[in-house]
Amino acid sequence: MDFFRDRDGKPILLNMVKGIQDNKEYLSEVDGLIGDGDHGVNMNKGFSIFETRYGAEECSFIEGLEKLGTVLMDEIGGSMGPIYGTLFLEMAEAAAGHEEISVKVLAEMLAAGLDGLYEIVDARVGDKTLIDTLAPAADTLKKAADKKNSLKDTLKAMVQAAQRGCDSTRELKAKYGRSSRLGERSKGVLDAGAVSCRIILSSMAEGILRLCME
Amino acid sequence: MQRILNNPDNIVDEMLQGFIKAHGDIVEAAQDSRVVRARDIPPGKVGVITGGGSGHKLAFIGYVGKNLCDAAAVGEICSSPTAKAFLNAAKAADQGRGVACLYGNYSGDNMNVKMAVRMAKKEGIQIQTVIANDDVASAPKDQREKRRGVAGEIFMWKAGGAKAAQGASLDEVIRAAQKAIDHTRSVGIGLTPCTLPAVGHPNFQIRDGMMEVGIGHHGEPGIEVVPLESAAQMGKRMVDVILPDYPFVSGDETAVLVSGLGATPVMELYVLYDQVEKLLAEEGIRVYKSYVGNYFTSLEMSGATLTIMKLDEELKELLDMPAYSMGFKEL
Repeated sequence: MDFFRDRDGKPILLNMVKGIQDNKEYLSEVDGLIGDGDHGVNMNKGFSIFETRYGAEECSFIEGLEKLGTVLMDEIGGSMGPIYGTLFLEMAEAAAGHEEISVKVLAEMLAAGLDGLYEIVDARVGDKTLIDTLAPAADTLKKAADKKNSLKDTLKAMVQAAQRGCDSTRELKAKYGRSSRLGERSKGVLDAGAVSCRIILSSMAEGILRLCME
Repeated sequence: MQRILNNPDNIVDEMLQGFIKAHGDIVEAAQDSRVVRARDIPPGKVGVITGGGSGHKLAFIGYVGKNLCDAAAVGEICSSPTAKAFLNAAKAADQGRGVACLYGNYSGDNMNVKMAVRMAKKEGIQIQTVIANDDVASAPKDQREKRRGVAGEIFMWKAGGAKAAQGASLDEVIRAAQKAIDHTRSVGIGLTPCTLPAVGHPNFQIRDGMMEVGIGHHGEPGIEVVPLESAAQMGKRMVDVILPDYPFVSGDETAVLVSGLGATPVMELYVLYDQVEKLLAEEGIRVYKSYVGNYFTSLEMSGATLTIMKLDEELKELLDMPAYSMGFKEL
């Protein structure tokens, strides 16, 4: 079976929550170097609200993504509330109706998330934002779906692409967000949003792989 | 970190509860717990709202009151309010004549306001915006649209709030608020960093004996880090950044605001103001109105911002109009 069932997918979301919670301090630390140091706090708050409110409830992967997106959008604010809120809500909408989440569905979800973000942010690849992590991950999924690669190989490749994209932000100059005012001085440091996006994608992949091994 | 806290994650909610209890004659809680609205908003006027992250007291809720802002959306510390909070602030202030949303240029606020404007439109509420960008140090003059909004926002709220109180249309309120911010320039000097309570340690450093010229309200790095100077030298440095940017020239009438960043004793703000006033007088620039105090802070950062607005007859009239909020009182 090269897919997972939507209705079994709640542990994936909880693994994403854990990924953010475990990296709360790290994210704030990265953000503190060229931003204002609250990225970990805000992300942790949003993901933890989701966990507290819905952790014990029955919900599928898609339903959970929608709930998580709504919490971030309505209760977190900052830049990350609307950004991750849009990403998860668009992903949920793209997946609606699918009982089985395959590489193809995942690829459609991430592509929809990225398109949704492009409507609200001007940043593109190379601007030192989370787009640098998300776009290559979405691209990897799309190519894998075209080639009909296995879910396991695809997720591994996606995590690697996200990691490379995230690492690339270290040498980039920020064009958007708070760090953009630093110009050249923003170089040499990772972008906090690119890091949180890498953590979210890799903990999502980890959660899916674990689910598939059971 | 030695602070007055319960759970740092609840600091914003607890602060709001205290603020509303303490200033119940001026403000009240709105349905949305992240919106503060003015009591007894005069009927029929254009709504004026603002919003921003917490930790900048007296901004933003300190400027909700009579003839100022009708409502403010409240965010987490140093983090934009949600689109929903901006929308609910607009709903709290809307009386069918539209709402002016006057806020500062930060990417999070821009994104959330943009979404709120879209949501409000669907509900039949018209929102127009003015985005404050008075911080000279945050981008070169040819990229003014990139500059941050800092303490100059207070003049924008005062002008927009007064215009709305006169019964002006939404377009007129927007024009007056835009004019106020276009006539305003600010710069800050930071002496020590600030700490987000939930993080627990400063997220940037200013070395002992140094100061950062042009620092932002969230510790965004400024123009340069130099050895700590005397108040006279600091004043000169600030005036030298601001005057040529507008440019302010001999014969101009101005409003001058010296705001502490949170931890600097108010006494020292007066020392700075004394220097600034002298320098302006030497340039032939007249101070029509002056404000000194902790008007727009950055948690417990020490240092100050200097804000200067060039006045004309209209801006003078708008500044002079009575206003009553926790942070700004004009009798």
